[in-house]
Formats: sequence, structure tokens, C-alpha cells
Amino acid sequence: MYGFEAMTFNIHGGYLEAIVRGHRSGLLTAADYNNLCQCETLDDIKMHLSATEYGPYLQNEPSPLHTTTIVEKCTLKLVDEYKHMLCQATEPLSTFLEYITYGHMIDNVVLIVTGTLHERDVQELLEKCHPLGMFDSIATLAVAQNMRELYRLVLVDTPLAPYFSECITSEDLDDMNIEIMRNTLYKAYLEDFYRFCQKLGGATAEIMSDLLAFEADRRAVNITINSIGTELTRDDRRKLYSSFGLLYPYGHEELAVCEDIDQVRGCMEKYPPYQSIFSKLSYGETQMLDKAFYEEEVKRLCLAFEQQFHYGVFFAYMRLREQEIRNLMWISECVAQNQKSRVHDSVVFIF
Amino acid sequence: MEKFIDNLPAMDLMRSEKMTFVQLIIPVESAHRAISYLGELGLLQFRDLNADKSPFQRTFVNQVKRCVEMSRKLRFFRDQISKAGLLSSVHPVLQPDIDLEELEIQLAEHEHELIELNSNSDRIQHSYNELLEYKMVLQKAIGFLVSSNSHAVLEERELDENIYSNDHYGDEVSLLEQDIRPGPSDQSGLRFVSGIICKSKALRFERMLFRATRGNMLFNHAPADELMMDPLSTEMVEKTVFVVFFSGMQAKTKILKICEAFGANCYPVPEDITKQRQITREVSSRLAELETTLDAGIRHRNKALASIGFHRAKWMNMVRREKAVYDTLNMLNFDVTKKCLVGEGWCPIFAKPKIQEALQRATFDSNSQVGVIFHVMDAIDSPPTYFRTNRFTSAFQEIVDAYGVARYQEANPAVYTVITFPFLFAVMFGDWGHGICLLLGALVLIARESKLSAQKLGSFMEMLFGGRYVLLLMSLFSIYCGLIYNEFFSVPFHIFGGSAYKCRDTACSEVYTIGLIKYRDPYPFGVDPSWRGSRSELPFLNSLKMKMSILLGVVQMNLGILLSYFNARFFSSSLDIRYQFVPQMIFLNSLFGYLSLLVVIKWCTGSQADLYHVMIYMFLSPTDDLGENQLFWGQRPLQIILLLLALIAVPWMLFPKPFILKKLHTERFQGRAYGMLGTSEMDLEVEPDSARQRHEEFNFSEVFVHQMIHSIEFVLGAVSNTASYLRLWALSLAHSELSTVFYEKVLLLAWGYDSFIIRLIGLSVFAFATAFILLMMETLSAFLHALRLHWVEYQNKFYHGDGYKFKPFSFASITEDED
Repeated sequence: MYGFEAMTFNIHGGYLEAIVRGHRSGLLTAADYNNLCQCETLDDIKMHLSATEYGPYLQNEPSPLHTTTIVEKCTLKLVDEYKHMLCQATEPLSTFLEYITYGHMIDNVVLIVTGTLHERDVQELLEKCHPLGMFDSIATLAVAQNMRELYRLVLVDTPLAPYFSECITSEDLDDMNIEIMRNTLYKAYLEDFYRFCQKLGGATAEIMSDLLAFEADRRAVNITINSIGTELTRDDRRKLYSSFGLLYPYGHEELAVCEDIDQVRGCMEKYPPYQSIFSKLSYGETQMLDKAFYEEEVKRLCLAFEQQFHYGVFFAYMRLREQEIRNLMWISECVAQNQKSRVHDSVVFIF
Repeated sequence: MEKFIDNLPAMDLMRSEKMTFVQLIIPVESAHRAISYLGELGLLQFRDLNADKSPFQRTFVNQVKRCVEMSRKLRFFRDQISKAGLLSSVHPVLQPDIDLEELEIQLAEHEHELIELNSNSDRIQHSYNELLEYKMVLQKAIGFLVSSNSHAVLEERELDENIYSNDHYGDEVSLLEQDIRPGPSDQSGLRFVSGIICKSKALRFERMLFRATRGNMLFNHAPADELMMDPLSTEMVEKTVFVVFFSGMQAKTKILKICEAFGANCYPVPEDITKQRQITREVSSRLAELETTLDAGIRHRNKALASIGFHRAKWMNMVRREKAVYDTLNMLNFDVTKKCLVGEGWCPIFAKPKIQEALQRATFDSNSQVGVIFHVMDAIDSPPTYFRTNRFTSAFQEIVDAYGVARYQEANPAVYTVITFPFLFAVMFGDWGHGICLLLGALVLIARESKLSAQKLGSFMEMLFGGRYVLLLMSLFSIYCGLIYNEFFSVPFHIFGGSAYKCRDTACSEVYTIGLIKYRDPYPFGVDPSWRGSRSELPFLNSLKMKMSILLGVVQMNLGILLSYFNARFFSSSLDIRYQFVPQMIFLNSLFGYLSLLVVIKWCTGSQADLYHVMIYMFLSPTDDLGENQLFWGQRPLQIILLLLALIAVPWMLFPKPFILKKLHTERFQGRAYGMLGTSEMDLEVEPDSARQRHEEFNFSEVFVHQMIHSIEFVLGAVSNTASYLRLWALSLAHSELSTVFYEKVLLLAWGYDSFIIRLIGLSVFAFATAFILLMMETLSAFLHALRLHWVEYQNKFYHGDGYKFKPFSFASITEDED
């Protein structure tokens, strides 16, 4: 019942909302980033982070640090927090929280399948997987030879199974197929998540539909840009767009026929929210597009915290934390490789 | 009067210690030693002069990092020690002091040694596990093979051949190798893979196998007999031995891949019985061998760990101190020449010679040419608050600090709280039986003080132990109040002689109807025991306790206002005395002071006057005749005068102060702008310190609104606070009623039966109710209400509580936190 969540929300969701808001206040601030950007070595970064919430996770690391260790430990913190929240959650919040991880699951499936295709070691691949997207039989993915087997052997047990209905073919796996599979899965996932949020109703539906629509639109743009110059047909391309969002349906028609980046730009500039993103970029530029999208996303995610009694905060928090870890990774890489001049290239300040 | 107050001996706890802002200029070579001596002394609070710098841009960041690294190693040792199940002994360490560099080297060596030992034992453990698993697989799988064998012989010929062919290959080589050799019967025949897997994964594993081979397989499994150690988590896990029968090459690769994915270890099992026996024997003998090596390794490691554990606590302490010293050094600034460090901080004035002495010692010990310069500076911000408490007063100071730390040199309510707090508690908790129970508890805590303070207590015990002296005073006062109320677990006693009342006749039949008659002098101390159980018990006690509460409240509030007078005198603000203290005193006493007077007069004279009536009609129709409610001659004119005084006091405390402040400000401002030449000298002298530093814009409306809020709060507060003191009566009533109920309805009821069991049950219920409800819950609630009376009703009369605590750099406080 819209507008009346305040009466009953706190019975089940109040504790966790408080928890997640507490976690949010632990996110690194612009001052932290400024300090981090001035670090000379990875030890400096560790030292600075030890004053933040990451402290306990990094304090027992022996001194010659690697970027991967920092990222791994920071991710571990996020995973611990997520698991704690998931343990405390009741329906429908627990389902909502599980939905958040499906995206990582898709990425992991794709990672393993691609890796096996290129004959990498499974253990090595497993280490690279995002811990939030792990499921029991993920290592078995390496057994499968084609999509049908992939589905029948492994994925039928996972929550991703329903999303697979559209891409079960007996074709052998190759890079192109896998990429299409990823996008089809993601499309199905986003649509399912969107429907789920609509079913929840209230402020959750309102806020989440906005966030998910942005996600869908961003993916549509990325698919378009990445598929320019490949053998993907227009119809196939259109099939990969999610069936909601600001661009749906007319924007999708236009995007489907785009042949270069400037056409994409022309089509996107018709939509006021995206106008500002594209107006920041010079013509023909795609490098900074990711960052621009991330910045816009962070802005929207932060806004989700302005309203109370909805589940969007959980989604927003997880995304913000992931962005923070991306930032930390970038900063650490820049510091480790002595590329400090590029440090600001891809760091997105959260506050 | 003024003289008399000035000549009073100074109370230590009344005003916080006089602080001074000092600057230290320390030559670099003696800096470390100087700071560590100061840390031992623990009387100087450093100010961070590098607050704008991030932690890794400071001077001594490398040393701090080294300390962090060392404490990491020490934590690693601690984890290892606890993992090995050793107790880190806290023996007195006889080893001489070593310096940090040596310690660092030692720690690195120890860590290296430990890691090597660990990796060795891990390797051995790994092969041990493998062999153990192999043994299990052999034991269990042979059973399956035999049964399937006999099965096969009966049913299928082909199978037999196949097994035969398997025998041919499967002696020493693993199954993986077997696979590489193409055998003629391999493609078509039935083959098997045997191995071991975690029990938790077995079900999913079987399902996956079923799917992958489309059901063309046979899965046999049996639980392993022994628990296996998981090398990562070092927990014991249950495992399941399995044997999968299948046919075809394709299936084989798939199955092996699935095994790998599930972390199942596959081991070859020969079909031939003699081979099986041989291998089993071999495995067992190697297992025994490995076990001895493993044990020796563990013993060696434990010895190494024990020797580390011997020193660990001391090392940890040392590293912590070093880190604290460097953290403090990081707060200092380099001077221009880079040869000296400049530090600023607060210290109490009495500590100055001690600090100087410590600094001199540091200079001497480090053979420095130049001494440390230590001098007093002017400070802008207000000094920290530092009370020198002892173990008795510290708990009471904590009670006050929990509300707010006193402003610098402000009157400290803790001085009076030491007595008033336990007393008000006791008024609500008056029962000398319960008091004795509390006293015993407090005495136990105090008697075991030295032992308890050394060990780590739980949060609840910690609290109880911290407040042991509060508890002691509370129990003593509740014994006192209990004697006054004449209650011992709600039972009255004739301690101080006989009752003043007796029955009208010998039959004593009219006790509960008409009452008793008084036949001699009143009971000498406290409440007469005869009130107990009489019809007028409650009205009598209620009126007594209510009036007493009002009296106590008025006295305590007056004390609060008096303290505001002492504060104003101390800070020499005559404005506050004239326009705040005086009207407040008049207002409170003309209304509630008068009420208290009436109560006392009524008690002394035994008059029947209705005090409610007197107080209410004092406001409604002050000129009316009092009639039978008159207590003394001239009461009516006195009431009128008091009422007028109270009415005058309200605008008195509201208006003059802001206007006078405004006038002072404009005068000062004008003096500054135009009269500089003539009055500048005087002006500067007269101005208080704070005004010179902060040229705040004087905002009249703000000051006025503030004053208005303050006055309204006081006027309304006078009524509501007095009423609030009635909680003394309410809680006391609740306590005595509750204990009466438990005594009469549980203990006496049970005693009425002539059965041992019922009596026992009654006694235990009574004991539990007394312990948990009366002694714990009631103590807690009385404590909270006493706390509230102090924080709100008493302290809001004078206490600002906006200071900050003095936190000196001290090693003693560092070792307490952490761990």
C-alpha cells in the first residue's frame, strides 16, 4: 500500500535498514579519497584504510601488499556485511537481497565458461570470480560443452535457470555466443528484478524502477557501442535490450540502427537525463563514457538514501560499496604502477 | 560573610585542577626519550599540531608502520598459540630489556621459523590426509567391489572380462594414468572411479554425476570411519567414500572433471585381493611413519610457540608503548631549523615540576647537549577539565561525567553527589534487610578488590565492580532509612524499645476497627512498629514520605542554586548573582520553601491544618481568612508578601540581565571605536579574556530569547521539579508494598501449611523474588530515579557540563584498551 509503509515497514525491515544506513555512513568520503590519492606506496594506502572500516580486514596482512590483496579484503568486508544482512532478512527482503547477487552470478558463469574455452585452470578462474556470485556447483561449469549442457548440468539448480530459456541452443560455445548469452541473461535478470520490485510496490517499486531503468538504459547504450562493427544484426541487437527503462521502446528502435558513436549520441541526447552525460563528452569519445555513467549512477544511488522505508537502500548500498572497491582498486593500481597522474581518471567520488 | 566564604579551605574535588598551556621545544636526539618519560608520568595532554596532515605524511610514519608490522606479527603469534591450544603464560619475565631494533629482528626470526614449521607440518599433514583418505577408500571401496563383483559374475560375462582387464592395469598407477593407455575393452566396458568427498557435498555430487552421464552410472557410497582434518579451517569434517561405476570414455572425462570441481579426491583401487592387501599394508605403515613425524613436528612447534608465549605479553606491551610514543611524536612540529621538535599541550599546574624533572632526566639520559625548553603559553580555547579522583570518588565522578563533563573550574556536583546520591537512593530503597544484602555484596566486591581489578570481568560485573563504593554507601544508607521506616524484609521490629501504642482492652478486639491508644512517649527512632497492619498504616506513611520527599527536594534544589552562587562568585560575575541567583532563590523559597516551613510547623505543633488548601488558596484568594487552617500568627500577611515576592522575582530574572548585557556591549563598543585614546588602557584591563579574543556580534534578540527560555524553565521547573521529587515517595511505597506482598502472600502463606515441601517451595520462591525482583530490579529502578533526580532536578540549577576531559598521554591508559 503506497504511502503506508511507515506503519509496518519497521516490523521486519527496520533493523536491517538501520544496519545498512550505518554501513553507508562508513563509506569513504571525498576527504578520504583525497588522502588516498596522495599515497606514495600501497603501505600508505593500508595505513590510511586502517583508520576506516576496512581496518580490521587489512590489519593482519603482511607488509609487501599487492593490489589484489587490498581488493580481496575490501570485497571480503562487503561480502561479510551482505551475508550478515541476508541472515537477518525475512521475506521479501531476503529475496530482494538475493536478486542483487544474480548479476554477479551471471558474470561468474560467463567468466568460467570463457575461461574454460580458452583452457585456463579452473581453480585460477574460481579465484577471480566475485564472491557474491558464487553458487555451489560453479566449478562444474567447466564440464559443459554447449549451452544446452550448461543449462542441463549446472544452471538448472541455480536461480539463473529461468533466465536461460531464451538462449538454450545446441551451438558450441564461442566468444560471440557467450557474450550474447551474457546479455540475454542480463536482460532477463533485469526484467525479472524489475517485475519483482513492481510486485513489492510502494516506495521500493518507485525507487528501484528508477535505478533499474538507468541500469537497463546504460546496458542498452553499451551493447550498442560494443556491437558497432560486429556481425550482430540489428534484430539480434534489439533482442538484447531490456523491455523497460526510459529508452523503451522508441529509443531502442533508434539505438538498434546506430552505426557509429555519434549516432548513439544523437539518439541519447533526446532524453534529458542522458543529455547531461553526453554533453560532458567530446564528439567521438567513448573512453570517458563509463565514468560519466558511473558518476550518474552514484548520484542516483545516493538519492535512494533520502527516502525511508524501502528496499532500494540495500541495492544502493551494495552498488556504492562496489563502486568504492573499484575506486580503491584503481587508486592502488595507479600507486603500484607509479601512474599517479592518472589517478583521477576513473575515481568516482561517492560523497 | 564574603570573608568567611573566601577563607574556607579549598576543596580539591570542587573545582577542577588549574591547567596551563605549555610549549615544549625538544632537541631531536632526546625527543623519543622525553616523550616516553612523559608517557610514564602521564600528566601532559598533547595537542595535535599536524591535524591537517594525513597519517602517512607525518614525520615518524615509518616507525609507526614498523610498530604496526610488529604488532601484526605478535597477533600472528597469539593466533598460532591459541590455535595450538597453549596457554600463554604470564610468568614474570626475567629477560633484560631489549631495544626495538633487536625486538624487530627477533620477531622476524620467530615469524620466519614459525612459518617454515607451519608449512612443513602442513605438507606432512597434507600427505597424511591423502594417505588416510586412501586408506578409507581402500577399506570401503573393496566392500563395494566385492559385492558388485559377485553380482557381475552371476549376471554378465562381459563385466568379468572387464574387471580382469582392469586388474591388469590398475596396480600402482593412478586412474588418470590408466586412462591414457587405450585398452581394447575400455571403450565399451564397465569401469569405475573411487574416491572420497566431503559428506556435505555428496548429495549434490551424486545428482551432478547422474545428470552428466544421463543416469548411466551406479553410485555407491559409505561414510568414512574417521573424521578428517580440513587443512584450511583445521576443523574436523566428515567424509564419504564413493565408488562410481560407469561405461565409456566420454563419461570418464566428465566424471573426473566433476570430481575435480567438487574437490573430491580420487584414488585407484586394485581389484586383485592380494594387491589390495599389499597396498593396504603399505599405506598403513606409511601412515604410522608420517604420524610420528607429524607428532614430532607439532611438538617442536609447540616448544617454539611456548617460548614465544613466554615473552609475548611483554613484547606486545613494549610495541604498544613505542607506537604510542611515535604517534605522539607525530603530533609535534619541526621548528624552522629542523633540529628541534615543538609540542604544545595542556598540563595541570601542580604537575609542572614533575614534567620538568622528567624532561631533565631525558636530556641527561640521552646525553643531549641542549636541554628541553618548557614554558607556559597563552591559549585561546578553554582548558580541559581534570579532577584528581581516587578509587572512592571516581565512581561518583563518573555518574556526573555521564551527564556532561564539567566546564573548566566549574563547581563539581560530584562533591555532594557522594552523599546525596546514595541517600536519595536509600529513601526509595529503605529496608534494612535488603540493605544488609546489598552491603554484603558490596563488601565482597571491596574485599576482593585487588584480585578483581587485575582480571578481566564481563560488562555487567565490570559495571558492578566499578560502582562498588557507590554500592557500599547505598547499602549503608538504605540500612539507615530502613531503620527509620522500621522495615526488615517488610517486617517491623521492636529494636528501640516498645511501641507507644497499646490495645484498648485485653482482648484487643478493636485493633482493626477503632484503633489503638497511645499510652507512653513516642517510639524513640523511626516509625512505630504498631503502625504495621493497622488501618491507617498507608495514609500515615504516605503523608510522612510525601512530606519528607518535598523537604528533601527543596533542600537539594536550594543547594543547587547555592552552587550557582558559588560559581558566579568564582567567575566573578556579579550580574549572575544579582539577576539570576537572588530572584531564583526568592522564587523557589517563597513558594516551596514556605511549603516546607508549613510542613515542619505542622509536624512540630501537630496541627490538623490542610496544607493543600493553604497552598492552593494562597494563589486563588490570598486575602481570604485562613480559618481553621491557620498555623501561626501573621500567616496571612506573610503569604501575601511571599506571593508578591514570587511575582516580582519572575520579571527580575527575565528582563534586567539581557538589557544590562546589551548596555555593557554598546559601551565597550563605543569605547573601542571612539574613546581609544582616553580609556584604552583601562579598557583592555577590564575586559575579560574571552571577549578580547572573540569579537562576536552581540545579538540582543538571541540573548533575550535565551534568557526567556532560561527563566521560563526555572519558573515552571520549580513546580515540576518539586513534584518530581515525589518519586521518592512513590518508589519507596512501591518497594515496601512489593516486599510485603512477597512476605505475606508467599512466605507466610507457605508457612501456614504443615508440609515441608510446600514450605520449601514457598521459601525458595520468596528467596528468588527477593533476590531478583527486590534486590536487582528495584535497586536498578531506584538507582535510575536517583540518577534522574541528580541529573535533571539538581544539576540543571547550576551545572553547564560543556567542558571536555583531560586526556593525558599515558602508558597506563594505553595498555588497558586493546586485547
